Amino acid sequence: MPDPLLQVSDLSVRFATDEGPVHAVDRMSFSLNAGEVLGIVGESGCGKSVTCMSIVRLLPETATIEGQALFDGRDLLALSPRRLSAVRGREISFVFQEPMTSLNPVFTVGRQIGEVLQRHLGLSRGAARARVIELLQLVRIPAPERRVDEYPHQLSGGMRQRVMIAMALACQPKVLVADEPTTALDVTIQAGILDLLRDICERLGTAVILITHNLGVVADIADRVLVMYAGRKAEESDVGELFAHPQHPYTIGLLGAIPRPSDGEVVERLREIPGRVPSLRELPVGCAFAERCPRADETTRAHQPELREIRPDHLVACFHPGEDGA
Amino acid sequence: MSAVDTVTLTTPRARRRILLRKRFLRRPMAVAGLVIVVGLVVVALFAPWIAPYSPGATDFNAILASPSSKHWLGTDFLGRDELSRLIWGARASMQAGFFATVVAMVIAVPIGLVAGYYRGWIDTVIARLTDVLLAFPFLILAVGLAAIFGPSLLNATLALGIGAAPALIRVSRGEALAQREEDYVPAAIANGASDATIIFRHILPNMSSTLLVQATLTIPAAIVGEAILSFLGLGVQPPTPSWGTMLQDAQSYLSQAPRLAVIPGLAIVAAALAFNVLGDGLRDIFDPRTTR
Repeated sequence: MPDPLLQVSDLSVRFATDEGPVHAVDRMSFSLNAGEVLGIVGESGCGKSVTCMSIVRLLPETATIEGQALFDGRDLLALSPRRLSAVRGREISFVFQEPMTSLNPVFTVGRQIGEVLQRHLGLSRGAARARVIELLQLVRIPAPERRVDEYPHQLSGGMRQRVMIAMALACQPKVLVADEPTTALDVTIQAGILDLLRDICERLGTAVILITHNLGVVADIADRVLVMYAGRKAEESDVGELFAHPQHPYTIGLLGAIPRPSDGEVVERLREIPGRVPSLRELPVGCAFAERCPRADETTRAHQPELREIRPDHLVACFHPGEDGA
Repeated sequence: MSAVDTVTLTTPRARRRILLRKRFLRRPMAVAGLVIVVGLVVVALFAPWIAPYSPGATDFNAILASPSSKHWLGTDFLGRDELSRLIWGARASMQAGFFATVVAMVIAVPIGLVAGYYRGWIDTVIARLTDVLLAFPFLILAVGLAAIFGPSLLNATLALGIGAAPALIRVSRGEALAQREEDYVPAAIANGASDATIIFRHILPNMSSTLLVQATLTIPAAIVGEAILSFLGLGVQPPTPSWGTMLQDAQSYLSQAPRLAVIPGLAIVAAALAFNVLGDGLRDIFDPRTTR
């Protein structure tokens, strides 16, 4: 296999707060190959967004980042701020959750996308405008010649998210990080946006990191899945493998919490995972999931499980892995 | 219908302009303010052509003359035409009003932006210093500075500009703090924008309506300030006409010719009021919560 495009190793992120440090991410490692779609799944506050934001150092100054993020032979975590801004938006770009507010309200969308093109590719104003219209066409916005001169408040949420995607893809980045790109949108629009993302990235060969708490979305478009819990990696494998043979009790719990209307006549009550996510301020000594885990025992509570390859290309951090009932 | 045509045929920018104009025209006070402001600016710009006499020309046959067809507003103690002096005086007032505001903006906005955007110790230092300066009333500060700089219109303008800066620093800092938390800022950072790009190309344009309103409130304060400084002998020097020096000249003749004090006084009030109501109107129409 060729060298991965992005290789993150031993990434730890701590936030200094008044009540002591918060360990948002703990020794995360993962890699992303060119053109691959990696889904990162987990509950709110498990460190999904922080992991991705820390790669290009978008976190506030209270965050301490350790580890390495090799991208194209460079360690992004050691890059000078100037070099880093040349990577941001040019080689690694972001689509955020909130399309309603992520656009500057006082500029037309054309000018905002054009600004990125002018900054990174040195295009002239006129050339940038022509390219912006092409980009708007690419993200399937109708009448792009007219939309290009509109202000964000004149667009619907779905349209704005398309604009954000167009902006993120403007310089044909190698990696696109989509942080819950559809959470703020209407369900009927979500599928359209996801199809669009998948389509364009396939066409442009862009690798995607998709952050979501929706396993349905992951099943839909991801190639590989990484399940996070309390700042650590719980399980990682290819998408088919994960859905067919989930090993970590947390993953199994997540899968059990998805409604499946086609499951037969008997409509079962959805299973939930009991308990709550532990505070990241004082993580337990042992497995972070132990308190909520049906398989927990003395070992689980006393030691932290390390990642092991249970099945081919399937990593799990659990002392008692295995499919339910197996 | 023609209204439908305008909506579909015009660009979004033009549509917004039309909307703002409509809102503005619904506010008679603001419109009146604008008319007076424009009138004053025109009078100030074209004073040499509008004024019937030279402001310094004395007529010793008509000292302290009452209003007549020859001198519409009468003459002062040297027989100078009061109307001509009033018109020329508008120059000093408008100059002081506009340029002092420009000076204040040039000083205050970058400082406020830096403080609000970077926060941390630099913000603490700037904010505390601003608080200290704000403890002095605007006029005390301006009078003190004008006394240090020496009397002239230019120095009075500078003094008023610096005196008005602390309040503007506070406003622009607050606005920068608020804008900084908007989601478009991290989005711009993620797209590779530098600090300067974010401050000047993203945050500053978002503050422009607030700053415009602040400007229309700073101008009348500076106009009144100029009149006070000139009255105290710290601004425009006689015989150059200014509403402030006219008031001072009138002081000794209050019993014989009270109109000499009333006329420039009314001019000051009218100018200050016009800018204030214009500012209020602008604030209302730029406020996104306004529906009318």
